[in-house]
Amino acid sequence: MSRLNIDLPGLKLKNPIMPASGCFGFGREYSQFYDLSTLGAIMIKATTTEPRFGNPTPRVAETRAGMLNAIGLQNPGLKKVMSEELSWLSQYDVPIIANVAGSLEEDYVEVAKEISKASNVHALELNISCPNVKTGGIAFGTIPEVARDLTRKVKEVSEVPVYVKLSPNVTNIVEMAKAVEAGGADGLTMINTLVGMRLDLKTGKPILANRTGGLSGPAVKPVAIRMIYEVSQAVELPIIGMGGVQSAEDVIEFFYAGASAVAVGTANFVDPFVCPTIIEELPLLLEKLGFEHISECTGRSWK
Amino acid sequence: MIKKELCKILQHKEIAKDIYELTVAGELVDEINEPGQFVHIRVTDSWDPVLRRPISISSYDKKRKQLTMIYRKDGQGTSLLSQMAPGMELDILGPLGNGFPVSEVSIAETALLVGGGIGVPPLYELSNQLTAKGVKVIHVLGFQTESAVFYENEFSKNGETFVATVDGSYGAKGFVTDIMKDLSFDCIYTCGPTPMLKAIEQGYSNKRLFLSLEERMGCGVGACFACVCKSGEDPNGTSYKKVCSDGPVFRAGEVML
Repeated sequence: MSRLNIDLPGLKLKNPIMPASGCFGFGREYSQFYDLSTLGAIMIKATTTEPRFGNPTPRVAETRAGMLNAIGLQNPGLKKVMSEELSWLSQYDVPIIANVAGSLEEDYVEVAKEISKASNVHALELNISCPNVKTGGIAFGTIPEVARDLTRKVKEVSEVPVYVKLSPNVTNIVEMAKAVEAGGADGLTMINTLVGMRLDLKTGKPILANRTGGLSGPAVKPVAIRMIYEVSQAVELPIIGMGGVQSAEDVIEFFYAGASAVAVGTANFVDPFVCPTIIEELPLLLEKLGFEHISECTGRSWK
Repeated sequence: MIKKELCKILQHKEIAKDIYELTVAGELVDEINEPGQFVHIRVTDSWDPVLRRPISISSYDKKRKQLTMIYRKDGQGTSLLSQMAPGMELDILGPLGNGFPVSEVSIAETALLVGGGIGVPPLYELSNQLTAKGVKVIHVLGFQTESAVFYENEFSKNGETFVATVDGSYGAKGFVTDIMKDLSFDCIYTCGPTPMLKAIEQGYSNKRLFLSLEERMGCGVGACFACVCKSGEDPNGTSYKKVCSDGPVFRAGEVML
């Protein structure tokens, strides 16, 4: 019997581990390393209506136990994602969670409507938290009413459940979670990156061409744990947790905080095998900790 | 195929000021296709720094399964790397990217290899392979100052080698482009700082020209979109090339410098 299978709205996961959006492209690169069907799900790179080039380089800068990125939602656009990437991914037995982004409300609605029709897209991840684009992104993710209304509009057109990706760059994350719950969200994914900066010692100027970027990696894990801990007690929605996950132990900690599945981001860049390694190690860790099934861990910190 | 392997350090020494030569043994050497490819090195098991370090391969020996890299100790990552001793194991992902096409020059022709600073190393294996093929090679190597000069003798064994330093403390004073003016050749292979690559691309649009780019990288395998540049045919559009997986070597005009 599997200790790892999890059922969430739209998602029958053989295990609760998936690469996070923006850290795995559309899977092609990592398919060189292992069979993508091993994964619980794949959160593909954000998709917008039209192709986007993204920000000028440098797009990454390192920080203590973390990294800043300002890619700027580079992607080939809805049409190509549907015809080339999603169809390529359909050879694998793995549900896809499509990350949906845009500049205007109607962009989100258009992408959600079309991409949710793809047979292997089992859920959407509404990206209202990208800190690296001038319009859209985080602009939708910091005002509760705006996030609620956008969620509602996307829910109206989506053929699959909608998870909303929350930004940690807000005063009150619980309020945001409640707002998107009121808008009809089926689940939450959290946290997106924290806005940060790094300056060059010699020039005194920002290293990133975009000046600011999103902080990810082990450095942000405590923030993610705290926010999931708070939000999971305040809403009824399942949470896919993310933020600095690099080991099976981290996954259990996210479950304890209140998550029902976990996404791995930055760690993929360091170790391309990190997801299958965690999937392999989890049953042993659960055994060691005395759990029959990973679902017993969810919310243990406050239950 | 790209491998992730713990490779044993065989040799590690400083060959010029802050310039280190590092030789390791590993099965992944079997997978190297061309000179100019690189590897991605994890310099610490702790998560500080988080990312791997992209380092170009300066030479390799398939029979002995060894590869040599030359890097400059500059930031935190390369400082940590410089402290690792022979006998220790190094977590290497590679080989990555596409290198210099050796087949682009034929035996009767002359290839000019132009390197700037830490862009010099990948040209060494290229020089060896071109020489072995019977191509005449000329090298132009540029450095900041005398203490930063390395591999002049190694290159000289394969062909005529000119050295320039910016401050004039060794070789000719000035830039590699000053020396190139007086040479005749059929094809250029170059690696170095972007302003140097730009100057060469502008000055030699009539030649076969291959440039190796450097960019800050995340994953090194094409997934994170950190090291993207605009495609040459579509300078204002959304077409792109990834330095890590489409490059780092490009034909002149293929990308916007």
